[in-house]
Amino acid sequence: MTRRVLLSLAIVLALFRGAAAQPKEVVIGVIYPLSGPAALTGLENKVVNEIARDIANGEVDIPLPFYQRLKGMPGLKGAKVRLIFADHQGKPEVGQAEAERLITQEKVHATYGSWHSSVTATVSQVAERYGIPHVNGQSSSPGLTKRGFKWFFRTSPHDEHFTQTMFDFFRDFQKKKGITLKTLGITYEDTLFGADSGKVMRELAKKYNYEVVVDMQYRARATSLQAEVQRLKAANPDVWMPTSYHTDAILFVRHSKELDFNPKMIMAQNAGHLAPDFVTAVGKEAEGTMSRAPFNTDLIDKRPAAKAVAAVYKQRHGKDFYDNPARSFTGMMTLLDAINRAGSTDPEAIRKALVATSIPGDQLVMTWDGIKFDETGQNIHVKGIIIQLQGLKWHTVYPFDVATTDVLYPIPAWKDRK
Amino acid sequence: MGCVYALVAAGLSLIFGLMELVNFAHGEFLMLAMYVAFFAWSLGGLDPVIAAPLAAAALGAVGWLTYHGLIRRVLAAPMLAQIFATFGLGVFLRNGAQFAFGVDFLTVQEPWLAGRVSLGGLFIGLPQVGASLAALGAFVGLHLFLSRSETGLALTATAQDRQAASLMGIDTERMFALGWVIGGACVGVAGALLTMFFYIYPDVGGPFALLAYVTVALGGFGNVAGTLFAGVVVGLVEALAGLVIPPAFKYSVVFVLYLVVVLWRPQGLFGRF
Repeated sequence: MTRRVLLSLAIVLALFRGAAAQPKEVVIGVIYPLSGPAALTGLENKVVNEIARDIANGEVDIPLPFYQRLKGMPGLKGAKVRLIFADHQGKPEVGQAEAERLITQEKVHATYGSWHSSVTATVSQVAERYGIPHVNGQSSSPGLTKRGFKWFFRTSPHDEHFTQTMFDFFRDFQKKKGITLKTLGITYEDTLFGADSGKVMRELAKKYNYEVVVDMQYRARATSLQAEVQRLKAANPDVWMPTSYHTDAILFVRHSKELDFNPKMIMAQNAGHLAPDFVTAVGKEAEGTMSRAPFNTDLIDKRPAAKAVAAVYKQRHGKDFYDNPARSFTGMMTLLDAINRAGSTDPEAIRKALVATSIPGDQLVMTWDGIKFDETGQNIHVKGIIIQLQGLKWHTVYPFDVATTDVLYPIPAWKDRK
Repeated sequence: MGCVYALVAAGLSLIFGLMELVNFAHGEFLMLAMYVAFFAWSLGGLDPVIAAPLAAAALGAVGWLTYHGLIRRVLAAPMLAQIFATFGLGVFLRNGAQFAFGVDFLTVQEPWLAGRVSLGGLFIGLPQVGASLAALGAFVGLHLFLSRSETGLALTATAQDRQAASLMGIDTERMFALGWVIGGACVGVAGALLTMFFYIYPDVGGPFALLAYVTVALGGFGNVAGTLFAGVVVGLVEALAGLVIPPAFKYSVVFVLYLVVVLWRPQGLFGRF
């Protein structure tokens, strides 16, 4: 009899403790390419996400109100943030499997990732199915926020924003310099990122009356892109607009040199062109390449948060803070802030907190106006800029009022270069 | 490019001809060769053209080690075990390389052979021309070795009929090891030549290995000269298809061609099996 009383007492106590106990930790599943052709980016993102985690856990101090507010996660009475990293290798089906594993077995409270738009699509689908919030900081395919998802949030601009910035630049640049750009050559790799980027470029080209003389989809992991470059050379567009990942970006530049392809203007869709290895490998040959970006290293001085984070990043990773880790950092901080405001690890609470997000621009590392999500989960306060590679460094060239240097145009032909 | 594909495939073809075993780690051998050439350039200042023999020797050693360490033990095992053995080796090498060298894309800057030649309006990169000529040279050397030298003849004999060769006093084990050494050396040269115009990172072997398998199957397993022909065909088809149809589909033309040949002549164009 006594034993039974004691047993039931123990059970009641255990249940009571369980109900009243605050979560001891916040677990977030982070899915990135840690091997394969985009492993470089995955690694950078890992470093910067760990910095974000350390800010939340109070180990790194950023002296701005937004970061101080969530230092030590007061909303959750000091629960520790733990990140579980998973490698999707650049494959959507692996991303999907990893997301399932993280949600069902590791019981993560939220997911984050995944760079490749094609993988973000499947990972966020899994999250949506299980009712787990997913925040994305970098994938730029516009379609990701057009699926009517409740649990998907994207902090960074997508390719409709970016491509619009490109065409705004074309318009303002032609006016400023009094030159005419008529023909465009668009090339894009054949996954979701490239395909959607190509689509938006086509639509905007039509809207603004540019003639698309080359419209070419190609395989990113080709062993040779010579045929592709020969086509571009034959068509000779005024502006070449590549949408590439790392491997193809490098190959294109090399083949352009070999085959004497001399576009007067190159406007890239970020990704592979922004990787630090692109500059190391073909930086000299790629002089004059322009790209859209949400952020650039030379704007770090305009944001105190950027300066602080860049210092930690350089110390931990040895390379300069730039666009991609900056975006990843911003997304992760937004998620951590939402969890802190939610005061709980309950998915619905986090989701509501994300919906209510309102972060002023001056607290970010990005030169955006802020972070506020619309009903599709897209941040509406984003801003894009155009940067150009000059002297092995990326310089902001547009909008003209924040430009740090003049546009180099036309790009000198191979025979005129030293 | 076709000549380079052919050289990569030559080693594969030789190994299969000798012991009916497909080396699924061949792409990773290529990747290792590229890293050897890269380090020869970055640490020793050797241009890839000079580094090619060095890479050949290094990969020859890798081939020998692979044979003695791994292949010898699975020769008698069922085919599935052999496939897994070399496939596993490939995975190990790829991830080992990522661990050892990191994921950065490496490139050889300012190789000797740079620029382009113009052949009647058609531009061809000089590094590619150099690579093709060197690959052809390697092929000729290989053919001469196989058909003229005594060891080469012994190798060919072992490939044709293992038992008869051993009855004739040829040490089949040594021949197998030699086959792996030569296969490794071929891919070593190819890898070094590729660094003149291709980037280097742990996964780089994948697309080339795939084309190598197609080349070997197209030319015929075991026939080295056939491999050269098939390699050139694959390279040409890839280049021309890219010009005529949307480049996203150029590889499908290569594979369709492969399917057609294999359906019509399963042993490949010049194969014996």
